[in-house]
Amino acid sequence: MCISRWLLLPLILVLAAGLGYAVLSLPDQAEGLQKMVAAKMEVSGVSNPVTAVLLNFRAYDTLLEMVVLLMALLGVWSLGSPPPQPEPAPDPVLDTLARLLAPVLILVAAYLLWVGADSPGGAFQAGAVLGAAGVLLLLAGWRLHHGLTGLPLRLALVAGPAAFVAIAVLTMFKTGGLLEYPQAQAGILILILETVATISIGVTLAALFLGARPEHRKKQ
Amino acid sequence: MNAAFLYALVGVGLFCIGLYALIVHAHLLRKILALNIMGSGVFLVLVALAKRTGNAIPDPVPHAMVITGIVVAVSATALALFLMLKVAAETGRAELPEERGE
Repeated sequence: MCISRWLLLPLILVLAAGLGYAVLSLPDQAEGLQKMVAAKMEVSGVSNPVTAVLLNFRAYDTLLEMVVLLMALLGVWSLGSPPPQPEPAPDPVLDTLARLLAPVLILVAAYLLWVGADSPGGAFQAGAVLGAAGVLLLLAGWRLHHGLTGLPLRLALVAGPAAFVAIAVLTMFKTGGLLEYPQAQAGILILILETVATISIGVTLAALFLGARPEHRKKQ
Repeated sequence: MNAAFLYALVGVGLFCIGLYALIVHAHLLRKILALNIMGSGVFLVLVALAKRTGNAIPDPVPHAMVITGIVVAVSATALALFLMLKVAAETGRAELPEERGE
């Protein structure tokens, strides 16, 4: 055990040296795809290059990443109920903090979503903030009303990927290319996609934190 | 050498530290944390090397990849943690069983 650990350390150091050499041997200046993105910014519908890449030039990637997120949640849900954990004791400080912070976080998420069109921000950042709001509320003992844990929750979870697929099909009929927006409507289509994606990402992250599928009590 | 390479080397360092911890530790929570540190190293390399454009605007394509990568890494971590809880509930230990031959 000890010998293998002493053998491991030099091996990792060799790997680090190799990777470091590989990084340092890269050219000092490399344009990458920056010029190409900048040249196409006018037709993208937004003015933030990262959002343009995410939601327009490589929207196909983003569609599949939304699906990966959903798959992770399906994986968690299909594993059944988690081992019983102690119920969090009611904590007035956490409770007050959650009550104060949750609306602020939702507002920040909306701002990040809106500002994503022309400065840093966008669906994934806003979704992460929304997910954090959900996690905070779950920590404070809040649970989704059980009338909403059935179909409404699932609709919120699949809304993002579904909107992506719907717009992909529509644009395929309109312009002939998958997720190739008509130039005049690109801005509004991206905003719609980002809004729905934000909600789905936020709900998915909060549901992942909760772990098991929420009980649906309609049958009882 | 400009600052981008310094950050990229820090990313390489993080990756290797994470790999070492992933191999050395048996506890699954430590392995999941190690994988996350490795992922952070990769993200840092990608973001740092995107800065080499020669002007103020970095290459946006790696940035877009990292943004989605972070969210996907969080969800994959959640799945891994849940699997760890199941293993711990099954066997009483948050470690993978030893090889069957022993």
